Amino acid sequence: MALLDYFLRKKEKQVTTASKAKERLQIIVAHERNSRNKQPDYLPQLTADILNVLRKYVQVSDKSLSINLDNKGGELNVLELNIELQDENNPD
Amino acid sequence: MARIIVVTSGKGGVGKTTSSAAIGIGLALKGHKVVLIDFDIGLRNLDLIMGCERRVVYDFVNVINGEATLNQALIKDKRVSSLSILPASQTRDKDALNKENVGKVLDDLAKRFDYIICDSPAGIEAGAMMALYYADEAIVTTNPEVSSVRDSDRILGMLASRSRRAELGLEPIKEHLLLTRYSPKRVEEGEMLSVEDVEDILAIPLLGVIPESQAVLKASNAGEPVILDTESDAGKAYQDVIDRLLGETVEFRFLVAEKKGILSRLFGG
Repeated sequence: MALLDYFLRKKEKQVTTASKAKERLQIIVAHERNSRNKQPDYLPQLTADILNVLRKYVQVSDKSLSINLDNKGGELNVLELNIELQDENNPD
Repeated sequence: MARIIVVTSGKGGVGKTTSSAAIGIGLALKGHKVVLIDFDIGLRNLDLIMGCERRVVYDFVNVINGEATLNQALIKDKRVSSLSILPASQTRDKDALNKENVGKVLDDLAKRFDYIICDSPAGIEAGAMMALYYADEAIVTTNPEVSSVRDSDRILGMLASRSRRAELGLEPIKEHLLLTRYSPKRVEEGEMLSVEDVEDILAIPLLGVIPESQAVLKASNAGEPVILDTESDAGKAYQDVIDRLLGETVEFRFLVAEKKGILSRLFGG
């Protein structure tokens, strides 16, 4: 039986625990890096909502609105909205 | 200009203090003026690894609070005269350190030393943040093990966002990977992440690989940093780390398991 185990073990080795570890780490580390660098999930939806509200009153293109969330260190977060309005007399 | 180097990891027990001690002694043996600072306020340990625990009179927090001068608190190493140790306090308030008072002490030390090695506490709390805040370089100590690698990545994020260099928009902290407790045999058996695996995941330059070694425990038992054990594999690996820190190109050693003879293969061992 020991001989059989020996050969069976050789086959099983194709997926080693080290390669499992690497795969799991690559996924979790990539995920955590994204959430570190990335803006919060709600920003795209917030952008779309604000654009819709703006469009009730003025003409704006999708690109005319930019939103940034900045961490100024510690407790202070600054949400920055930048809206570019088109020239009403000369819309392009 | 003094180089401020933080030895950090996120996870505890991976070898930060062992590495700080070895690197401090190693750089000092090369003739540089070095100070080792224990940032682990409340859990002083560097003094024990350095073998100077009975010579501690004043500590880092005493200096911060103006209860002692730097000269009174610094412990000169008995083996290498160009090395000094600034021990952590044991019982004091963890919030004793802040950016201003730590910065002032580091400024004073920078006038007298070439290298300031900051031995960081584990975790990502205030103490660890203080240890890395003023760093020019970081030695990210990592074991080839999932939780250690993940925590190291968190620390890399902190280095990039929470340090003085990041806040002032200066050139980022120079990062080095130090892989400790490496077992080539287990890597070959597919049981341990390899150097390449960890390099792939963390994506920072490799400074050294310290093999799992019985010499490390013996060294801390005796209070003689393992780099002084020049016969040991770990001691030699730390020596290589020093050469690389000083800009030399040194080939990596101890990455392959020793080949066993046919007899020990058959009979185990």
